[in-house]
Amino acid sequence: MTKQPAIELKNITKTFGKVVANKNVNLTAYRGEILSILGENGSGKTTLMNMISGIYFPDEGQIYIDEKEASITSPKDAFKYKIGMIHQHFKLVDVFTAAENIILGIEDGKYNLKASTEEIKKISNQYGFDLNPEKKIYTMSVSEKQTVEIIKVLYRGADILILDEPTAVLTPQETEKLFSILRRMRDDGKCIIIITHKLHEVLSLSDRVAVLRKGEYVGTVNTAETNESQLTEMMVGEKVDLNIKRNDPKNTTDRLVVNSITCVDRMGTTVLDNVSFTAKSGEILGIAGIAGSGQRELLESIAGLQRLEYGDIFYFDPKTGKKESLRDKTPVQIRHMGVRLSFVPEDRLGMGLVGNMDIVDNMMLRSYTKGNIFLKRKQPKDLALKIIKDLEVVTPSASTPVRRLSGGNVQKVLVGREIAASPTVLMVAYPVRGLDINSSYMIYNLLNQQKEQGVAIIFVGEDLDVLLELCDKIMVIGSGRITGIVDARTATKDEIGLLMTKAKEDGKENNNG
Amino acid sequence: MIIQFICRAILLGVPLLYGSTGEIITEKSGHLNLGIPGIMYVGAISGVVGSFLYENACGNDINNMNAFLAVIIPLVCSIAGSVIMGLIYSFLTVSLHANQNVTGLALTTLGIGLGNFLGASLINITKSELPSIALTKTSSFFLTKLPFADNLGWFGELFLSHDFLTYLSIVIAIVVSIVLKRSRVGLNLRSVGENPATADAAGINVTRYRYVATCIGSAIAGLGGLQYVMAYANGVWSNNAFGDRGWMAIALVIFALWNPSFAIIGSFLFGALCNANNYIQGLGTETQELFKMLPYVVTIVVLIITSMRKKREHQPPGSLGINYFREER
Repeated sequence: MTKQPAIELKNITKTFGKVVANKNVNLTAYRGEILSILGENGSGKTTLMNMISGIYFPDEGQIYIDEKEASITSPKDAFKYKIGMIHQHFKLVDVFTAAENIILGIEDGKYNLKASTEEIKKISNQYGFDLNPEKKIYTMSVSEKQTVEIIKVLYRGADILILDEPTAVLTPQETEKLFSILRRMRDDGKCIIIITHKLHEVLSLSDRVAVLRKGEYVGTVNTAETNESQLTEMMVGEKVDLNIKRNDPKNTTDRLVVNSITCVDRMGTTVLDNVSFTAKSGEILGIAGIAGSGQRELLESIAGLQRLEYGDIFYFDPKTGKKESLRDKTPVQIRHMGVRLSFVPEDRLGMGLVGNMDIVDNMMLRSYTKGNIFLKRKQPKDLALKIIKDLEVVTPSASTPVRRLSGGNVQKVLVGREIAASPTVLMVAYPVRGLDINSSYMIYNLLNQQKEQGVAIIFVGEDLDVLLELCDKIMVIGSGRITGIVDARTATKDEIGLLMTKAKEDGKENNNG
Repeated sequence: MIIQFICRAILLGVPLLYGSTGEIITEKSGHLNLGIPGIMYVGAISGVVGSFLYENACGNDINNMNAFLAVIIPLVCSIAGSVIMGLIYSFLTVSLHANQNVTGLALTTLGIGLGNFLGASLINITKSELPSIALTKTSSFFLTKLPFADNLGWFGELFLSHDFLTYLSIVIAIVVSIVLKRSRVGLNLRSVGENPATADAAGINVTRYRYVATCIGSAIAGLGGLQYVMAYANGVWSNNAFGDRGWMAIALVIFALWNPSFAIIGSFLFGALCNANNYIQGLGTETQELFKMLPYVVTIVVLIITSMRKKREHQPPGSLGINYFREER
C-alpha cells in the first residue's frame, strides 16, 4: 500500500519570548489515516497545530503540503491548502445560527443561506452528523457545537482535519459517535490529526501516534505495535505508575450531612430535587452523572452560593463536635463559623481564579481579609512559590497572570491553593478535565493525601474508570435526583451507567444510601 | 397642531437617527465609540466651513450659487471631517490598542473644542454682531421641498414636506438594517463585533472591518450634525447650540436594540419626547427640564425590560468595547 503524505513538517521551531514552544519538530501525516499527537501540558501540541492552521507562523522550518512547500501566514491560507482546525475552545458566534457560523468568512461571491443550508444537510448525511442548521449556537449542547465546528471545516472542503482535544467535553456515548464519524472520514481519504492525552482513545482510534515532550519531537509509533506504558514513557520521559493507591477509609465520622435539599434556578426549573447524602471524614465520595444533572448546583449549595428552597445542610465540627446549619449562609459567613470548606469549581478561570492576576495575588484571594489595612504579601508569595515547586507548575514566574498558563497549570495553582487552606471538607469538580496523565495522577495523589488526613472529599468526575478506582463511595445523580449510592470497590461501570439514565425513566424518590 | 407636533418631532429626531445609525454600525464592529457627540459636532462645523467658503466665493449672492454645489460641498466637507475623526478613533484603538472609552471621550472633547474654535473663528471673520453665522442661502437649498407638497394638505405636510437629509436618514437606516441582516458583509461585520477571535479564525480581516465600519459610522453620524445646522437651525451656527444630541443618539442605540429600523421609530419618539414640553401648557422652567429627561428615562426602561427578557439577540455585541489582539488568547 502506498501512502501519500498530506502534510510534512520539517525542523519547525517556534519561540515566544524566551519560551521555546516547539524545537526542531519533524512530522508527517498521510492521507487516509488518523494520526494522534500526544504530549503533556505545555509540550507544544497546540502551538504546533496553530502553525499549521495559520494562527502562528514558525520561526524556522518548512511545512510541505502534498510534497510542495507551503507558506501559511493566515487562517485564510490554511483554507486554501484545505486545512481545517477544530479548536479546543470553540470559535463560534453564539447569537448566530449553525448555518451562519458555517458560512462565516467564505468569499465566493454569492450569499445564499438557503443553498448553504442544503449543502450543510448533505454533508451531515454523508458522514452521519445530526444537526439542525437553523439552530442558534447558544441553545446548543457542547457536542452539537463541536459538530458545527467540524462541519464548518468540511464545508470549506478541508481534507486535512486537525482536532484539538475533541473529547475533553464529550460523554462516552458522544465520544464513540465522534470516533465513528472520524473513521468514516479517514476511509473517505481524509487526513485526520487529533491532539489528545487520553491514552485509551489514542489506542482505540488512531493509526499512528506522534509524541511531543517539552516542545521536542520524540518519535512516531504505529498504534498497533504499542501500549499504554510505552506511550506514557515516551510522553513523560520516565516510567509512570498508572495505578491509583486506594487505602481503606479510617476513623470515618459524619462531617457533612445534606438533608433533602431542593433548589430552583432562575427560570423556575427544579435543579436539585430532594437530595440527601452524608460526606464522611477520611472518605472520597464520588459524584457521577451526565453533565448538567445538578452537580454544579449541589456543590454550590454546600459552598453557600445557591439558595435552598427546602432542606438543610449540617456541618459537624471535627474539634468541638458541634452540629451547625449552613443553610442561608454566605461563603464569608460559613468561613467565619470556622468551617474549613475548600471548593475547586469546574469553571477555573471564572469562579476559581482571576485570570488577569498573577499567582501570588490569586493566593491572596483566600487571605486578603487578614491583617491590617495593608496587605501582607510575604505569606501568599511563599505559598505561591511552594505550590509552583511542589506541584511542578510550569510558569515563567510567580508574577505571571494565570490566564497565560496552560489549563493543567491553572488547575494545579487552584488545587494547590485550596489544599493549602487545610480544609476539613474539600469539594472538587472535574479536577482533571483537560489535564495530561502526569498532572492527573498528581491531582489524584493530592486528593488521597487529603483523605489520609481525615478530610471529607466530594469528587465530581466524568471518567467512570477513575471514579471507580479513586473513590470509596459513588453517588449517582440524574436530573437533580440521587438515583443511587454504590460502593466503589464492588460497583461496575454498567451499573453506574444504568443509574445515570435512571432518573428519566422513574420519577420516584430513591434511597439515601 | 398635531401635524405640526409630529413634523417637529421628526425634524428633532433626524440628527439622532443619523447619530445612532452611525453608532450602530460602529458598535456592530465591537467599537463602543463614545466620540459620537464630538464627531457629530465636527460633521456640523465641517459642513459649515465648506458652505461658508462657497458662499463667500459666490460673493454672498444667491443668484451666483449653483444648487448642486451648494449642497454637495457642505456634504463632502462634513463627511470628510467626520471620517477623519473616525480614522483617529480606529487608529488609536485598533492600531495602538488604546482604551475605547477613554479614546471616545477624548474625541468628544476634541470635537466640541475644535467645532467651537472654528465657529468662533468664522464669527470673527464675518465681524458679525451676533455670536452666530447665518448660512441661510445654503440652508435654503437644503430645505427645498417637493414641489407638490403644499397642495396635498395634511398628507403633504406630514410625509412630503421634509428636507432631503431627513429622507436620506431613513433610507440609510433601512439600507443599513438590510445589509446587517441579509448580506455577507453584514454577517462578517456582526461576527467581528460578537467574537473577533472567531472572525479572525474564519479568515475575516478584523482590523479592516473595524476601521471601515468605524469610519462609515462616523460619516453617517456626522451628517446628523449637518442636518441639524442646515435644516433644523436654518443654517445658523452658534457655538454649543447642538447640545447633548450626541449622547441622546448613543442612548437611542440601546433603545433601538442595535437595529437601525427600530432607530427610525425611536428617533421620532425621542424627538417627540424632547419637544413635548413646548406643547404642554403651563409648565414652569424647572418642570421643562424634567421633561427633557424623558428620552433617557425611556432608554432605562427599555434596558430593564430587555435585560429581564434576556433574549440573546437583543443584547449588545459580545465584544463591544474590547480591543482585539491576535497573539493574546
